[in-house]
Amino acid sequence: MRLLFALLTGLVFGIGIALSGMMDPAKVLNFFDVAGTWDPSLAFVMGGALLVTFFGYRMVWKRTKPLFAESFDIPSATLIDKDLVVGSALFGVGWGVAGFCPGAAIPALGTGRWEVLLFLVAVGIGIFLRRAINLTPGTQKPA
Amino acid sequence: METVITPFTPGMSFAGGLAIGLGAVLLMVGLGRILGATGIMSGLIFAENNDERSWRLFMVAGMILAPLAILAVTGEMPEVNVPISPAMIIIGGIIVGFGASLGSGCTSGHGVCGLSRLSVRSLVAVPIFMATAAITVFLVRHVFGG
Repeated sequence: MRLLFALLTGLVFGIGIALSGMMDPAKVLNFFDVAGTWDPSLAFVMGGALLVTFFGYRMVWKRTKPLFAESFDIPSATLIDKDLVVGSALFGVGWGVAGFCPGAAIPALGTGRWEVLLFLVAVGIGIFLRRAINLTPGTQKPA
Repeated sequence: METVITPFTPGMSFAGGLAIGLGAVLLMVGLGRILGATGIMSGLIFAENNDERSWRLFMVAGMILAPLAILAVTGEMPEVNVPISPAMIIIGGIIVGFGASLGSGCTSGHGVCGLSRLSVRSLVAVPIFMATAAITVFLVRHVFGG
């Protein structure tokens, strides 16, 4: 049941990504290209997602525990450190270069496009490099 | 780099956003976890044990099935236009993986889950990566490219 639930969760998330336009790099890059062929659609993706999670999470946290786990596993770190700032800045640069982010690329694998696979292999290499350089991760697990 | 004009789709994008949010809430009610794509990918590759790997594997399988589900219902695959060269996809991908891992999150983890929790770290991370993405696109398209 737990694994089927995980599958369903991924399916719902992936359908959202596909409908929203997030898995289309042309649309993502146009969202950031305010000085050019600007397409503000993706602001509505964030708006819709935050509306559901903001209220949905608060309803869920009234439970004593999740359906298929012993407890909620929520990041508790509040420290603003160099890793957070530098890592986030780099992430944005890569997103702007490639037009894909991991949450959009994983569902996009289902379209069978080779560019998506190429991107995700590169992301894997990036994660591996970061772990190789810093084997003592900071205050928080990669989210 | 070739520039493709994309139509403004506020309704469909908002509907997609609602489903993305629902996926994140389902993962919280089911497994008590934050939905961060980089963390799920990282956990899939470097999982501590099979139990940690298996749910991520099923979740990724569900995500990959999504475009096929849309194809089955509408008869059309979701649009994926890639106006980027393979070299830039590789460079961008490596920077994305390195940065998201170092910064503990990406668009889904910090952007959706973190902001809705009002996480201080996410409130710092999201404006930073939105800004550097916009600056990068500006430089690539309007300064170096054409």
